[in-house]
Amino acid sequence: MKDDNARKPEATSGVSRRDFMKISAVTAALPVVLGPNLVHAAGEDVPIQGPGKVTVTLNVNGKKLTATLEPRVTLLDALRGPLDITGAKRVCDRGTCGACTVLLDDKPVYACSILAIDAQEAKITTIEALGDADKLSPVMQAFVEHDAQQCGFCTPGFIVATTAFLKQHPKPTADDIRHGLNGNFCRCGTYNGIRAVALLQQGGKQS
Amino acid sequence: MTQYSWPDPALRPLLGKRIDRVDGPSKSSGRAKYTYDYNPQGLLAGKILRCPYAHAKITSLDTSAAEKLPGVKAIEVIQGPGTEIFWAGDEIVGVAAVDESTCEDAIRAIKVEYEVLPHFVSDAEPPKNIATDTGPISKDEFEDMLDNQVPDEQVVAHIQHNGISFKPTEKDLASYKGEGADSSILTALQKAKFVAAESKPKSPYKKTAVKTTGSPDKAFASAAAVSEGLYGASCIVHSCLETHGSATEWPGDKEMVVHISTQNVSGIAAQLAEPLSVPAGNINVLQQNVGGGFGSKFSVDRWDVTTARLSQKAGGKPVKNMLDRKAEFEVAGMRPSAFARVKLAADKNGKLVAWESRSWGTGGIGGGGTPPLPYIFEVPNQRSQNTAISTNQGSARAWRAPNHPQAAVITMGAIEDLAARLKMDPYDMMLANMDIAGPRAQTYREEFAIADQLMDWKKNWHQRGDTTPGNIKRGMGLSIHTWGGRGHNSTQDFIINPDGSVVIKLGTQDLGTGCLTIISIVAADTLGLPLDAVKVMYGNNHYPQSGGSGGSTTSGGVTSSTRRGAINARDALFAKVAPSLNAQPEDLEVRAGRVQVKGDTSRSLSWKEACARMGAVPLTVRGQNPDKNEPPDLTNSGVGGVQMADVSVDTETGIVRINKMVAVQDCGLVVNVKTAESQVYGALIMGISYALYEEKILDPVTGRVLNPNLEFYRLAGLSDIGELKVHMMTGKGYDERGVIGLSEPPVVSPGAAISNAVANAIGVRVPFLPLTPDRVLEALEQGGANASL
Repeated sequence: MKDDNARKPEATSGVSRRDFMKISAVTAALPVVLGPNLVHAAGEDVPIQGPGKVTVTLNVNGKKLTATLEPRVTLLDALRGPLDITGAKRVCDRGTCGACTVLLDDKPVYACSILAIDAQEAKITTIEALGDADKLSPVMQAFVEHDAQQCGFCTPGFIVATTAFLKQHPKPTADDIRHGLNGNFCRCGTYNGIRAVALLQQGGKQS
Repeated sequence: MTQYSWPDPALRPLLGKRIDRVDGPSKSSGRAKYTYDYNPQGLLAGKILRCPYAHAKITSLDTSAAEKLPGVKAIEVIQGPGTEIFWAGDEIVGVAAVDESTCEDAIRAIKVEYEVLPHFVSDAEPPKNIATDTGPISKDEFEDMLDNQVPDEQVVAHIQHNGISFKPTEKDLASYKGEGADSSILTALQKAKFVAAESKPKSPYKKTAVKTTGSPDKAFASAAAVSEGLYGASCIVHSCLETHGSATEWPGDKEMVVHISTQNVSGIAAQLAEPLSVPAGNINVLQQNVGGGFGSKFSVDRWDVTTARLSQKAGGKPVKNMLDRKAEFEVAGMRPSAFARVKLAADKNGKLVAWESRSWGTGGIGGGGTPPLPYIFEVPNQRSQNTAISTNQGSARAWRAPNHPQAAVITMGAIEDLAARLKMDPYDMMLANMDIAGPRAQTYREEFAIADQLMDWKKNWHQRGDTTPGNIKRGMGLSIHTWGGRGHNSTQDFIINPDGSVVIKLGTQDLGTGCLTIISIVAADTLGLPLDAVKVMYGNNHYPQSGGSGGSTTSGGVTSSTRRGAINARDALFAKVAPSLNAQPEDLEVRAGRVQVKGDTSRSLSWKEACARMGAVPLTVRGQNPDKNEPPDLTNSGVGGVQMADVSVDTETGIVRINKMVAVQDCGLVVNVKTAESQVYGALIMGISYALYEEKILDPVTGRVLNPNLEFYRLAGLSDIGELKVHMMTGKGYDERGVIGLSEPPVVSPGAAISNAVANAIGVRVPFLPLTPDRVLEALEQGGANASL
């Protein structure tokens, strides 16, 4: 999650507050939906998203999906709202609990902490692409067998995180698990089962 | 007359085995749908403008600018000018708009002015000689007492002592009765003296009368050992991962569909009918899955009524309004705090002889719960008094085993401290007092022995204070607990179709407890069918009524109604097919998918063949718990549990780590060992969380919650839990009692066991949960005496 240099919005740095006020004043009168504007600021042309709704194209689970939304909308809310992909859950909505975990270019991220407009270049994978109720992935199957779920609200995020973790640590030690799966919260208290999934699924050793 | 009973242990193909939860695949694959996921075409977003002050009066309100914003579809003023607000976060205006962004803009455009009033949010020990409120009980205060499950006799005493400032109508009384208020309370209300509400500022402190049994002073004077200490647990928040909320639409003028995150599918429509003036029969309540409740989701909340009104104003379009996390912390319930100064005495053999406690705590504006003190142990000589503190914060709601975890921390802490004074192992002291441990004493004895084996308690326990060198100190602690857990009212349609498929319909819900799975197990087990032959339809108030899931009442209720329904269905089927097997109905049995003559497998039909003989019409019967005309119900009440904790405490940093916890738990007949164990593991983890990390912190200056989010309100993570061992009591002495609920009991003891383990490790008592590093270091510095909040 720390490595966020890939999709920094290029726009924000080069625009002064006065420029921004001017842009707001101009665009307020324009049609609701806009693409990126080019604004001449600090001696160069800078693309600006919004204000007002913009068209966002996201590559989700191998499909190009388009939505019209405010630039302030997070990837999570874009997925759950206009795109109706609801496996990732909104819980803390500020990058703490992991219930919204999705893969961005195969790396687990908190979808509540990324703007949809900034995720447009990336390959997004949600729980829905990892398996289905009648065709569970091995990690999903292990969650069922070890009863690593109760109310189930944290489960999709945990499964995406566990899937990515086991890919990185095919034979995790107990210590790897303590560190690697500590970024998701469960309120019902299913960690015992999740720990068993991570340990036994991949034949790791208790340490 | 039909004989209802659980099957003989030898004839239970599914019952009591370890079975995967039936809704596991839908949850694991992310396909399970929750209220929060409801997302139909044309869905409008709803949001609530909330009061930023802990105590204030609204002086003016202007929504005109918000109404003009493009995309805003409806605005509903919830509390208007002149209204006094008693806690921060209370609802002022509801907004519906095309999306959440527009709702946020609209809320910013609403102008509200307040007259800010003084607030009080401290639950510190009441100062000595403070004026206490002796005024009459208001309607709100009374209803808060009910919500907080204040013990019946205390509510009655309170009403008799202070009088009431409202006149309960017949309708009120009926509604209290419906919520489960005891008849003694209703009688007290009817007989109460009416006292006009006082206009002078109220004291936040309400003292109960002193309760005395025996001769405590005499007993203390002649005791071999007396221990005095300070114990307690802070306010914590349910923190359901799915916040409270609902989505409502109106397909017709007087016809409403509500998707709601609830523990009480069958009980919602009646609560919505009155404020919305719609017949309850026109309200369809739906919920497939719920992301946690823990006691906080029984009622329709004001914001749910607002959501329905917004939808109405927006032409009936669906409006979804789920609380944001901050509001969830401010207004959607908490567990009341409870603290106490306790004096406890024993004779030289460790037999408890005298108890004295002065306790206090808050549950919000209504005062707070009263922990049952002393917990479990009926000490012969007692004196106790409780002070409820009214604070300007959102009200408490039932939290898993209301008042028991606090009572356990206070009582088991005092016992541990007294044992340390006598240089006695608390294990031995508890066993020495089993004669005053109530009806579950024998259960505790058996559980102590098993817990000892799982923890190696007798081998590893040391006297108070780890004397090994270094800053890491290790210690062990224990606690015991009890709960009722009798099954609630539950009715269901039990249907056998001519093609052999089986359908059960009931208005229940599965909070993640495995409720659906145990219904399926009981039905399939009774009919000799595989688990997947049974389909359970639930989460809809148009199905037969089944109780709310609270107080560990669901497992007993739904398994009893299912067993009874399945037996009724089976017998009805036998009556239809007996002639074709040349037998009497009572001579038939079902075994492994066949209907056969008992003891003669040559005269049999496959399940499908048997069902085909019914003709074209499905067979529908009722299953009901309880049924006074045809007893017995198949549930029971009263369980016992023993828990032990092994912790390490770093005396330099004050950080407590869990090494291991053991839980030995009884819940009568265990229907599914796998999901039952999960409940207990979950309770241990939730207990670790409230013992070490969780605390709702209120700012005395602003009166607001300082940590209304999941980064500063910390929940236990996977790295915090240590090794966990769970043992369910089964077999003789347990199975034949019938099914008893399990959700509350195992969450009672972890805080007490962990607190005791920390005292055993570092040699001093850290008085209050959570045992955060600052509290641990303070206790070490002060040598355990006079630690403050």
